[in-house]
Amino acid sequence: MLKTFAKGGIHPPENKFSADKKVERLPIPKKVSVPVSQHIGAPSKVIVKKGDIVKTGQLIAEQSGFVSANIHSPVSGKVFKIDLVTDTSGYRHQAIIINVEGDEWDEKIDRSEELKKDFDLTSEEIIKKIQEAGIVGLGGATFPSHIKLMPPKGMKSEVLIINGVECEPYLTSDHRLMLEKAEEMLVGIKILMKALNVKKAIIGIENNKEDAIEHINSFLKDYSGVEVVPLKVQYPQGGEKQLIKSVINREVPSGELPISVGAVVHNVGTAYAVYEAVQKNKPLFERVVTITGKSLKNPANYLVRFGTPISNLIDVAGGLPEDTGKIIGGGPMMGKALNTTEVPVAKGTSGILILPKEESKRREVKPCIRCAKCIEVCPMGLEPYLLMTLAEKAMHERSEKEDVMDCIECGSCSYTCPSDRPLLDYIRLGKIQVGAMRRAKSMK
Amino acid sequence: MLKLIVSLSPHQLGKNSVEKLMYGVIIALIPILIASVWFYGWGAIVVSLTAVISAIVFEFLISKYILKIGNTIGDGSAALTGLLLAFNLPSNLPIWLIIIGVFVAIVIGKMSFGGLGNNPFNPALVGRVFLLISWPVQMTSWPIPSPASEKFLGYTDVVTGPTLLGQMSEAMRNGESMKVFSDRIPNYFEILTGSVGGSIGEIAGFALIAGFVYMLARKVITWHIPISILSTVFIFSRILWLVNPEKFIIPFFHLFSGGMLFSAIFMATDYVTSPMSKKGQIVFGVGIGILTIVIRIWGAFPEGVSFAILLMNATVPIINMYMKPKRFGETIKEK
Repeated sequence: MLKTFAKGGIHPPENKFSADKKVERLPIPKKVSVPVSQHIGAPSKVIVKKGDIVKTGQLIAEQSGFVSANIHSPVSGKVFKIDLVTDTSGYRHQAIIINVEGDEWDEKIDRSEELKKDFDLTSEEIIKKIQEAGIVGLGGATFPSHIKLMPPKGMKSEVLIINGVECEPYLTSDHRLMLEKAEEMLVGIKILMKALNVKKAIIGIENNKEDAIEHINSFLKDYSGVEVVPLKVQYPQGGEKQLIKSVINREVPSGELPISVGAVVHNVGTAYAVYEAVQKNKPLFERVVTITGKSLKNPANYLVRFGTPISNLIDVAGGLPEDTGKIIGGGPMMGKALNTTEVPVAKGTSGILILPKEESKRREVKPCIRCAKCIEVCPMGLEPYLLMTLAEKAMHERSEKEDVMDCIECGSCSYTCPSDRPLLDYIRLGKIQVGAMRRAKSMK
Repeated sequence: MLKLIVSLSPHQLGKNSVEKLMYGVIIALIPILIASVWFYGWGAIVVSLTAVISAIVFEFLISKYILKIGNTIGDGSAALTGLLLAFNLPSNLPIWLIIIGVFVAIVIGKMSFGGLGNNPFNPALVGRVFLLISWPVQMTSWPIPSPASEKFLGYTDVVTGPTLLGQMSEAMRNGESMKVFSDRIPNYFEILTGSVGGSIGEIAGFALIAGFVYMLARKVITWHIPISILSTVFIFSRILWLVNPEKFIIPFFHLFSGGMLFSAIFMATDYVTSPMSKKGQIVFGVGIGILTIVIRIWGAFPEGVSFAILLMNATVPIINMYMKPKRFGETIKEK
């Protein structure tokens, strides 16, 4: 029996159209808009000004606070202006707009394709390099990676778990990376193991990517302590807590971090970025993005510089289909609907999904028939039907008691509800209200 | 100008729908209907059709003209309630009585609470129990089944007799030894293939189990409620039998007689009136199992499963309050 997490979960149609498309380089656009908040935490502080000449890989905005990350120029050229730009969040945020001139890289970066296996650095040196390179969780959560490598006092990491699950339907960027950059990724994993001072790393990959499992397995004899665990296909297995449960069968307690059970989770894309940062001195300024959709002509995977408008990606994939209803940054389950095609690709953009109109519309909401299917699928063991009612009736204190804050917003409940009730919308409302309540309490 | 739809995730919805679930149950009931027609003749069809049609008519009138919530008959729940009620009735019940039963089920049992999803009691059982208490004679004279019976076209003019449970009740009142009584009852095969009298749905254990397996496979219901009811009935009646086999009948009899199987599989599993969590569903099932045996052995009515389900329906809000699903990370939190 293949491993998976114990509770709940769904199996939406996989629709991985671009799984066998090799990653290609997307041409650099004429102009990029690099948002200064591409990560969770404080927006970075801009350190360039209008008219400055920048090189590819040069620091242009620096970390401003504990939870924050550096941002490097994805192109070479001249800073055109610093302005507000609509980003993947749907809101207008500060961004550095650069007019592209050529592609001249920072001298420190090693641009050779050659695999560099050996490294001789201490844990602190590695963490510093990762921090400098502005690496954040590339699975989509965009939490600054260096923080995860520094366990809080009194806690010790025992095992590094690498997330190669890619449980979101449609998306294939991690899958391609595992196939095309397996060894680089494995070196990245060894670097992360050194940084965390752990002897063991486990790569969790769902069984619908058998080629990736086999491919990585073929290199493992050179990477002691690294192991691949094939997992049963089940959404939301890529959720941090679910993956830890699947792989090492430990449950992270409510409100705690994975480190409390001795685990640290990083995405395969992050491991690859760590390799590039540590071995090649290359900061994070580009990533693999899947462009996909049922009516799209050429679903594919591209290596994209941050700041590139998604319209460029859509153009190379055959243009926006006639029947487009929604453009989503990320996958269909947890991604964000975008409101323009000019949104720039950022660190967290794992894919762009074009949904046809008929699939974009919500269905008519019918009364709850109390079938309990939402409870069955909730991976956190919550009662979505109840949380929705409590949010509707503004009973936020009761919501808190019913553990609304444990919700990981995977959307399995809304997906599965036969009455098409917007369960997650109301649960989000409940979470916001409970969060506000808690802040108000702590202020007193 | 390109118009994009913006909404919160998830952006993809599954294929579940209320109709699919309701029709799933209706499909599972078809083998039972076929078996019933085989044993009871056209009466089974007449009763079922009358109930289904009148249920749809009542639901249509109430939802459209009184509740004004639009026409809700399309979701299949009215048809299902009608069919479930029919399966709880003898196949020779007069049409006017069926219509009264459906009226109580749909109008009082379901729509008066606001329609689908709001009723605390299983509407079909509300209808059935109302008929049973108000017209006990008509409700307890079951036609004697005969395969492809000679009187195939007969409807109300058929030979009637008591059910096995009725016979047991009678025997218990007369102080007859249950050991002697169990020699008189049909054998296992006869009971499972349905040649014992009863309501339309209280027949052919094989057809009921086929329906159960179908609903499990289609994920219409889970095993928790039926299995917890049946195992409780088995364990409880076995303990009684071990204590005094003269006074109490073998557990098998309780499991396969009367509406036990049908109610455990189709009536107790009604979504609206059963608990939400798996733990709660098991508590609910155990409660129904115990109450059923208590009513059958010590109660005034020979059959108690309908009453047991209705009583346990009343406890559902409390069960939901205390029987929570196990939260992720809970075990460690408590350590």
